[in-house]
Amino acid sequence: MVNGKRTLIIIPALNESGSIADVVGEVRGELPGVDVLVVDDGSTDRTAAVAAAAGALVAKLPYNLGVGGAMRLGYRYARDHDYEVAIQIDADGQHDPRYVPKLVDLLEDNDLVIGARFAGEGDYNVRGPRRWAMVMLSAVLSRVARTKLTDTTSGFRAANRRVIEMFAGWYPAEYLGDTVETLVHTARRGYRIRQVPVAMRKRMAGTPSHSPAKAMVYLGRAFAVLTLALIRR
Amino acid sequence: MKLTLVTGLTGLLLLGTIVELLRRRQLREKYGMLWLAVLIIVIPLSLFPRLLDNVAELLGVASGVSLVLFLGIVFLLLVCVHLSWEVSALEEETRTLAEDFALLRAEIDADRAARDELVSTDG
Repeated sequence: MVNGKRTLIIIPALNESGSIADVVGEVRGELPGVDVLVVDDGSTDRTAAVAAAAGALVAKLPYNLGVGGAMRLGYRYARDHDYEVAIQIDADGQHDPRYVPKLVDLLEDNDLVIGARFAGEGDYNVRGPRRWAMVMLSAVLSRVARTKLTDTTSGFRAANRRVIEMFAGWYPAEYLGDTVETLVHTARRGYRIRQVPVAMRKRMAGTPSHSPAKAMVYLGRAFAVLTLALIRR
Repeated sequence: MKLTLVTGLTGLLLLGTIVELLRRRQLREKYGMLWLAVLIIVIPLSLFPRLLDNVAELLGVASGVSLVLFLGIVFLLLVCVHLSWEVSALEEETRTLAEDFALLRAEIDADRAARDELVSTDG
């Protein structure tokens, strides 16, 4: 329970056995009474076993589907078990579960709440093509959603029952589909989206990539995904 | 004459292959029928390459053979697109199956854990 609501924390995880136990432990410590579902997206390491030992519910996919596939599974679980709120958190420990009640608070008047970096709290910097991609995405998506969105690719989100119901039936598995396309789709169907500033922490394990070539490719793909999302029904 | 022999034999060989694959149930009927229909058009053309010259002239194409080449490429492109479409549908189906499977496994694990707990509190 968070603020009196039955809450499920969904953590999509791919080969995160190094950090998953800490993340699950921290969530359960900070938010007593919530259920934690780790969706193991076809990991080849012991992610599922480690998560189960840390006290999470575990759904293990037989092979890798990508974040979108793992998340639809999470929302289906939330729908089937009648949760009022579903919250997505990354498995690498960069999201601080102490912000969860703040997100849930905002669900009173909104359907989907996004925990956003670069919105005032914490320190987080990106430059070059990655920065341009983020600027482009937030400019376009803010217009579509008619609310200020600065961190459209954030994997820290809270959804109410209506959005859980929608995501359980429709959630793209393609690259960036889980963030960009779901935002367009959700906004177009009249759901209210809001962002709330959160401080992000350094990842507990793994490293982000800094290659400029990869950043350019990312920009191109982000543009393509966004264009497609906008011309789709 | 030699050329007609080569093209004609190639057409017949393809026809034989498709029929044999269908006979062994290696091809779904919907694909088999498609290829049979194609071959029924292609074999007469391979024997009499000038058959389409009139149509070609009508469309402003210099020779019937060029027209066949052009149509062939368009057709193959369409087939490729169709196959990509089929693969996308298949991927969506396997994705749903994988999710169902994971949900069922989670359910079984939860049941088993609940039962184990019951047994241990009884004992």
